[in-house]
Parts: sequence; structure tokens; C-alpha cells
Amino acid sequence: MTERRAANGDAPAGEGSGPRQPGTRQLEMKGVYKSFGGVRVLQNVDFHLEPGEVVGLLGDNGAGKSTLIKIITGYHQPDEGQLLFNGVEVTDLSVPRARALGVETVYQERALAEQQPLWRNIFVGRYISNRLGLMDVGEMRRITERLMTEEMGFTSAVLTPDTTVTGLSGGERQGLAIVRALHFEAQMIILDEPTMGLSLKETEKLLKFVDGIRARGKSAIFIDHNFFHVYSVADRIVVLDRGKVAADFPKSRYTLNELMDIMREIASTGLFEADRSLAGPGDADANAMHGVQS
Amino acid sequence: MSAQAVSPAPAPSTKEQAPRSSLAMFTTKWAGQIGITFAFLLLWVIFLALAPDTFGGDRIYKSFGQTVPQFGIIAMMLTMVIVSGDIDLSFPSVMGLGMVGFVWVWDATDVVLLGVIAAIGVGAAAGLFNGLVITVVGLPSLVVTIGTQFLFRGMTLVLVGGSSFALAATRGDPARELLVGKPFDIPMEFVWFLGITVLAWVLLNRHRLGGNTYVIGDNAQTARLMGVPIRRTRIMLFVLTGMAAALAGMMLSLQVVNFYPNVGTGLLLPALAAVFVGGTSVFGGRGSIYGTFIGALMIGAIPAGIVASGLTDFWTQAIYGAIILIAISIHAVLQRRFQR
Repeated sequence: MTERRAANGDAPAGEGSGPRQPGTRQLEMKGVYKSFGGVRVLQNVDFHLEPGEVVGLLGDNGAGKSTLIKIITGYHQPDEGQLLFNGVEVTDLSVPRARALGVETVYQERALAEQQPLWRNIFVGRYISNRLGLMDVGEMRRITERLMTEEMGFTSAVLTPDTTVTGLSGGERQGLAIVRALHFEAQMIILDEPTMGLSLKETEKLLKFVDGIRARGKSAIFIDHNFFHVYSVADRIVVLDRGKVAADFPKSRYTLNELMDIMREIASTGLFEADRSLAGPGDADANAMHGVQS
Repeated sequence: MSAQAVSPAPAPSTKEQAPRSSLAMFTTKWAGQIGITFAFLLLWVIFLALAPDTFGGDRIYKSFGQTVPQFGIIAMMLTMVIVSGDIDLSFPSVMGLGMVGFVWVWDATDVVLLGVIAAIGVGAAAGLFNGLVITVVGLPSLVVTIGTQFLFRGMTLVLVGGSSFALAATRGDPARELLVGKPFDIPMEFVWFLGITVLAWVLLNRHRLGGNTYVIGDNAQTARLMGVPIRRTRIMLFVLTGMAAALAGMMLSLQVVNFYPNVGTGLLLPALAAVFVGGTSVFGGRGSIYGTFIGALMIGAIPAGIVASGLTDFWTQAIYGAIILIAISIHAVLQRRFQR
């Protein structure tokens, strides 16, 4: 917590990390639009995340998954629409502000500075430093060392906090990015294609890690092409298609085979008929499922 | 580093490899610095052997103490600019423009110290201008600082009407003694150079500014995603370089007790050479203040060494070039061997 405080001195005290009102959503997006140079990437997107929930975000390339999460992390600003964190609307979201609100991201491109030592990669953007800006490098090295042995399971003698990222395998890099997110008391962790480039064993470890996020009472958004991975960890699944939410349902409603049919249907028609016989009758929870007309 | 290939090493072999790998790790981490130190010592021994009269005495080192800081002070801040992935080619002109601030304020107030402060202020403003054009307009620093090199020099020439300005009246002033005096026969320029070297090392390696500098130069995308204040950091580095250039311009002018509006021309390449000979990567993300320090000493010693060794001055440029190429080749080879 001290290191978070040190780096986010400008964040309103208690926000994001304070006690949550029961029943408030961790995150809610309403009617979000985003275009890049005339190309509409997101169109009237509603999205939400409950505390302690893992949402799987599915969709083809170009469906808008990455843009959606870059809006949540403050990297992009929406053209239209609302963003609410713990029920409070945030209009000026930036990367540091999103981090202060407890949003942490494990990026597809891993967001690591390759030539830099591990400790600098863990603390980038929020170095432990005093009022003059002088860093406590020793403390950052110690914390990195502890995270390496306790959280990442790095046992090799050649890996130290001063090792550069170039010396790490793909799985080790992913582990570094995830541990970085967890260390800073994230309330919600966004995993963007975290299994990309990982071996089978590393993937298994990663999926276990996501279970651990839920066990800690934090929530997560899990983005992947591979819906086997998504299906195995998610509580709820949201499907994006061409910038729109095509489906949003609790995972338990469908089997993996049914999910495959749904994905196929969305891919060909761009929408998912919510009143299919698969849906339980009388389930009126609009947020649990809705189809969007294209 | 074959040991790295077997990352989950079993316990017994880990024990065996521990001492070896800590030595290897030391070498890996400091390969560049060790290399440049050896190159420096080798060069010194060669000069000492070829010109024992010159390099065995102390006069030449006192002379170096005045000449090396002229570009060495700037090279320190320039190192950080280059680590951040930018470059500044305008500093020779900032040396002149800062002196315009000096002579104007000194002339008006008759207080040398105020002139010094004005010069540093002008240097900071010139750096701020560079930084703002580069980050706000979003242009490459290489192009912008070529432009401002002409702009700042042109402004200097216009503002003083192309004429030089005698500084003899500053003699004996404490502010002048602070910059170019010789307490205990040690040139103050060199004391400043040492102090700024330490400052640059702290800034780059122990300050948030430097931490951000490394990441911006290494991977700007990562820096953006991780919320690093990219614009502020880059501007700050140009401001620091501008201030260093103004300081160096003052030292050079006060040494010769005259302000020539073309002060600083000819120092562009020595300063850049000191940075690159020191092992700082032209691609950003990696750099060494210690390396730049040694690089500046080498670059500063070469012209005198060549002449003292009995070669004509015409050889200077050629040998300069050869030594720079050899030094950066050594760095590249060490980098490939130790850092993968």
C-alpha cells in the first residue's frame, strides 16, 4: 500500500481501494462509442463487472475487445457514453487515474521494457521515491526479489532483480506482468490475450492464477481468442462482434458445445437470439443476457 | 550465458553454479564500463609511452581540466536525452544564446552573478522551447534541434550584431572565480564537471526522472501503457541540457575573457562522441554516465595526445574517427556477448 500511496499522491484518498458499497458494481459502462479516424470501433456498448467476478470477453479480431479495455484503463477516451467505477461516474479517466481506481492490465504486448531490469519493470510508473523524487532502489529490489520467489516461482540462480527482461522466457514475462498487477492491490485485473505464446504448462499455471484472482475477491476481465480458456475460468461471458455486444450470459447457462454454436451463430449473423430454447424461461435479468440488433 | 537456458535448475547444480554466475552477472552488468575503462587506460599508456614528457607532467592534466568540461558537462545531460530516445543537436548554439543573456544582464546590473543566473535561465528557456516543439507539435528531436541550432545561433548573431564582447571586467569577481577560478591550482571547471557527473548519475539511476527516462527510451508504448509522464520527462531532459549548455558556454567565454557569438561551434561532435564512446545506445533505453565521463576524458585527451606524440595536427581527425569506431564496436560486441 505504501508504494501505491507514494506513486498516486494525486489520487483522492480512499477512492477505489476503500470499502465498497454492497450491491455497487465494480465497473459499469453505458452506451460507449469510440471511433478512430471515421472507423467506428465501438458502438453503444454496455458492459459491467461485479466484485469478485471473472468475465470472459470473446470476439474476433477487430471486434473491439482491445479498444474496450483500453477505454477502461484510461488509455483511450470514449467519444460518448458513461464510465462508472463503484457506482461513481468518472469523466476524466487517464492511465494514472485508472490505476488509482485499482485497474491493472496485463497487456497482449506485455508492456515490458525489455532492456530494463526486472525491478524497474515491476515499479515502472510508480517508483518508490521520496518527496524529492529520489528512489529507494534497494527496497524495490527487495520487493522484486520476494515477488520473484514467492509469487512468480522463479528459482533459477541466474535470475535476479537486476536481470533484464531479455533473459526471460515467454511464460516468465507473462508471470512478471501478472505479478506486477497483483502487487499493486488491483481491484480489477484485465488480462489481454494472456495465453498468447505460452506453452501448455504455462497456460495451465496462468488459468490457475486467474482462479486465484477471484479467490482474493478481486474481479477480472479475461480476453482471449481461445474460448476453451475463457470458458474454463469465466463466470460470465460477453461476446463482442463488430463493435457491439452480441451476447452477455452467465457461463453456467450453456455447455461448451452450446457456446461453440453460439459463437458460430454470432460470427455469421452478428447477433445471438436471446429467446432460443436454451435460455431458461422467466429469466428477466436484462444484464444477464441481451441481444443487440445490428 | 548457457546457464540461463536451464532456468529451473535443480538444487545441487544451483549451488555449484552460484559463485560462477555471480561473477558472470557482475561482468554482464558492468561489461560496458569495464571495457571503456580498459580502453581509456590503454590509450593513456600509449600516450604516456609516446610522449612521456607531456603526459608524465601535470600541466597537460590542468589543461584537460579546463577543456574537457567545455563539452563534458553537456555530454552528461545529453546522455540522458539519448537514453530517452531523443537527441539534442542545438546545444552549441544554446552556449552562445545563454551568453547573450549573460552580457545583457551583467551590462545592465554590473553584477556578474545575475548574469550567470540569466544565462542559465536562457539555457533553460531554449531547452524548454526544444522540448515543447518536439512533444507538443510532435516532431522528431533530430529535425527540431537541427532547426533550433540555426535559429538559436541566428538569434545570437542578430542580438549582438555579430560582434564580440569583452569580459575583462569580470576578473576578480567571486562569481567568475566560482566558475573558472583555480583554487589550489585545480580548475573549477573540472570541479563542476565532477559535480554534474554525480548529479547526472543520481538523476539517471536514483531518481524517478531517470527511471522514466530509461523506460521511455526502451519502449515508448510500455511507458504510455504504464502511465509514465512521457511529455514532462522529455521536456525536462531538454531543459537540463539547455542549462548545461549555457553553463559550458559561460565557462568557455570566461576562460578566454571574451564572448564570441560563435562560441561553442566545434563542440557538437566531441560531446556526441563522448556519449557514444561511453557506451550509450543510440536507440535509447540504455546508457552510462560513467561511460560518458570516461568517454569525455578520452575525447578530450586525443588532440593533445596526438600532437604531443609527434604527429602533426592533421592526424587528429583521422585518429579521432578510428578511436570512436573502435570504441563503439567494442561496446556492440560486449553487448551481444553478455546481454542475451
